[in-house]
Amino acid sequence: MGRHFRKGGPAALLLSTAASIALAGCTAASGSERPTVAAAPVASEEPYASTYERFPGVPTAIVGATVYDGAGGMIENGTVLFADGEVVGIGGADLAIPAGYTRVDGTGRYVTPGIIDIHSHLGDYPTPSVEAHSDGNEATDPTTPEVWAEHSVWPQDPGFSRALANGGITTLQILPGSANLMGGRSVTLRNVPSRTVQGMKFPGAPYSLKMACGENPKRVYGGRGRMPSTRMGNFAVNRETWIEAQEYMAEEEPGRDLAMETLAGVLSGEIMIQNHCYRADEMALVLSMADEFGYQVSAFHHAVESYKIADMLREHDVCSAVWADWYGFKMEAYDAIPENAALIHNQGACVVIHSDDENGIQRLNQEAAKAQADGRRMGIEISDADVISWITLNAARAMGIDEMTGSLEAGKMADVVLWNGDPLSIYSRPETVWIDGAVMYDMNDPQMRPISDFELGQPGEGDVK
Amino acid sequence: MKRLLTLAASAIALTSAPALAQDVAITGATVALGDGSEPVENATVVVRGGRVVAAGAGVSVPAGVTVLDGSGTWVTPGLFASSTNLGLVDVGAVSESNDVDADDSPFGAALDVAPVINPMAQDFGYSRAGGVTRASVMPEAGASIFGGQGAVIDLGADFDAVRHPRAFQVVELGERGARLAGGSRTSVHTLLRNALHEAGTYGEAAQLRSGSSSAGGREAEGLDSRTPNPVDRSGDVLLSRFDAAALVPVVRGEQKLYVKVERASDILSALALREEFPSLDMVLVGATEGWMVAPQIAAAGVPVIAVALRDLPVSFEQLAATQSNVGRMVDAGVRVAIGGYDSSGDHPRNLPQQAGNMVALNRVPGATGLTWGEAFAAITSVPAEVAGLGGRVGVLAEGAHGDLVVWDGDPLENSSAPLRVFVDGVEQPLTNHQTRLRDRYRSLDESERPRAYEW
Repeated sequence: MGRHFRKGGPAALLLSTAASIALAGCTAASGSERPTVAAAPVASEEPYASTYERFPGVPTAIVGATVYDGAGGMIENGTVLFADGEVVGIGGADLAIPAGYTRVDGTGRYVTPGIIDIHSHLGDYPTPSVEAHSDGNEATDPTTPEVWAEHSVWPQDPGFSRALANGGITTLQILPGSANLMGGRSVTLRNVPSRTVQGMKFPGAPYSLKMACGENPKRVYGGRGRMPSTRMGNFAVNRETWIEAQEYMAEEEPGRDLAMETLAGVLSGEIMIQNHCYRADEMALVLSMADEFGYQVSAFHHAVESYKIADMLREHDVCSAVWADWYGFKMEAYDAIPENAALIHNQGACVVIHSDDENGIQRLNQEAAKAQADGRRMGIEISDADVISWITLNAARAMGIDEMTGSLEAGKMADVVLWNGDPLSIYSRPETVWIDGAVMYDMNDPQMRPISDFELGQPGEGDVK
Repeated sequence: MKRLLTLAASAIALTSAPALAQDVAITGATVALGDGSEPVENATVVVRGGRVVAAGAGVSVPAGVTVLDGSGTWVTPGLFASSTNLGLVDVGAVSESNDVDADDSPFGAALDVAPVINPMAQDFGYSRAGGVTRASVMPEAGASIFGGQGAVIDLGADFDAVRHPRAFQVVELGERGARLAGGSRTSVHTLLRNALHEAGTYGEAAQLRSGSSSAGGREAEGLDSRTPNPVDRSGDVLLSRFDAAALVPVVRGEQKLYVKVERASDILSALALREEFPSLDMVLVGATEGWMVAPQIAAAGVPVIAVALRDLPVSFEQLAATQSNVGRMVDAGVRVAIGGYDSSGDHPRNLPQQAGNMVALNRVPGATGLTWGEAFAAITSVPAEVAGLGGRVGVLAEGAHGDLVVWDGDPLENSSAPLRVFVDGVEQPLTNHQTRLRDRYRSLDESERPRAYEW
């Protein structure tokens, strides 16, 4: 197998100067050291830098609601305070409300942190799902760490608004597809309408590299008579590529090389790994590969067999980003079981419920609830508050943004969803969604339902979708 | 969530002996009849000889039946899944295990799922465990605009799944149909009209005697679409004899025509086909933009099978997609069954999730959802009616099949699941590949021996 990447000229390596990102996993007990936003490179040095700035909001006090804080806590008749884009505090009915706060009656309602989807292709595979919009897989080479998902994101994808209004999604990670072993860099977005992707980029969020095990890469490339065509081929190509990255990093004056810059970012701990991987045995092999080259897998995605190795995943501090009950659509999903999430959680390993789907992202709360109930039926009791963490703080940890969002902790971003009922019930929907303390969706105000350019003047424009 | 109090959740093992229908009464349960009414608390359901005797509050328990205390549980008719590939596929992406469509077949309308349905496919068992007791198995169009003939099945754990073979024909009229037809909707309509004309001519020439072949009964004498009559057909024909024979009952209105169509204008064009072929017994499948022409659909008396939660402009034929589609059509008087697949997560056992979301939608200002009773009917009695089995399945009415599901809570709620499932009064096993894996990996302890010895 030859080299997979061009070597660039003698220009200095332009890696992010961000402080090394601690790749702590996401078990409930882990208190990871996160880089501060201030440690991120200044805008002039950061290519395609975020231009997102929070929108205006008013100091707000939600009172009388059942509050899930995202970190496993629950408060009945709770109070949530936020102002200037940040959570000020949460507490019981006795929590003092400072002067000047707008009160929101939460009676009979529930509050959670903004819901986070760690695995989305919105924007990269937008609707309408026409060929001209198929921008999620650079399926021309099995390793394309040089591509960045953000360069494919179409901000006018109507799916963003559905995820906001129906799913309470405030933050989402857009990943390249899984045709390639190394699919490219992810981008983490604030779920705010924007004319540009830069206007959605989550300031200070680390990049991740999307990797993929198993059937997809070997099918895509094996089908073209090239490597990899087998699972062993998958690993060989990966390992040779990591070796190449090590060599690149050892160069005294490495040239610009987009692919190698991404891989060097992984090996130096600045870029996280989100690894599409279904089968338990393959996940175990990936963990060995990560040991071989000295990187940490943040999360296995679509990890339908995590329940078989949940002990190992706990020990390696790796999250499992899973569906509640998808199964059977491909061979490596044949052993998927609906108790997967509960069994992972029961072993003390980290669970994230993900969507990978423009429909599923509208109902991560329901998916989490189904997974909880499937656990309960086999005798695994998981509290509602812990289940909410599967779609909030655990996702944030596995994306490296848990110091900034994912739970209702003072000082964090005021990403808040007010639900019109128990979010784990089928009968509940988001009523109000705040992002950085600004109302971005209000069920009771038709004007507070964003409409993408694509849907203007179309049948059903402004409809409650 | 109401917890199970008295009904054991244990599944009985599947034995090789023929299962016998039980005469059983379940008392003290919350009962949903499936007919659109709201659930009734502290009600009783009686099944004898495989049929429902009575259901509701104040129903007395006859002598000689086994009485089960249903307090704390819900009892409903089994779910009817309208648009499935049950028994046609083991693994979607393993093509040799997937009989959903026939990409390279020389046949279209003549294709028949009945002889290939495999009740041992795991999805069968998963769906059964999810409370699905009846389903329409719908082939997809592969090489022609016709998908072929679907069947109505029951999900009992036996090999006698196909209850109504060749219950309906499937045709693609939208974007997919256009691709299959040669690149344009113009070709779809021409191909379809030509096919129906050829079938009509063929049927007359063959002097096939007409007869009832509704889903409720076996096909009439002399009208078996698998046996083309050796009539001499003149030139200028596109259909093979098998395909022409298969469409004879369609053009005569003796077999339902499931028309897959999404765009509002395409729906109207589909309905207009009945002017030229007045006997067509049509069902619209998809109908994402149905709400825009709901009065016309209602006036035509044509029922719809729709994916409830489709709300994105996935294609240019679905620009008006909204979760309010089902509710608006129902309000306009259209009979709407919820069914179909949109993502890899959509399986028949998740029909209650789609239906439950319709109830939630009623609380969103500006949206149109369903009442609980309407929503539950959309996955029980209405799909049964659409399939031609109204009053016989999908409802707890006297004389209906004894398909019962005992749930551990509100069947539309995320947290609920079946405890016991009966088909024709026969209690069904709820174990399957998934439950066996669950039990094996309940513990990861291998200190004594590998997990492979745990079974």
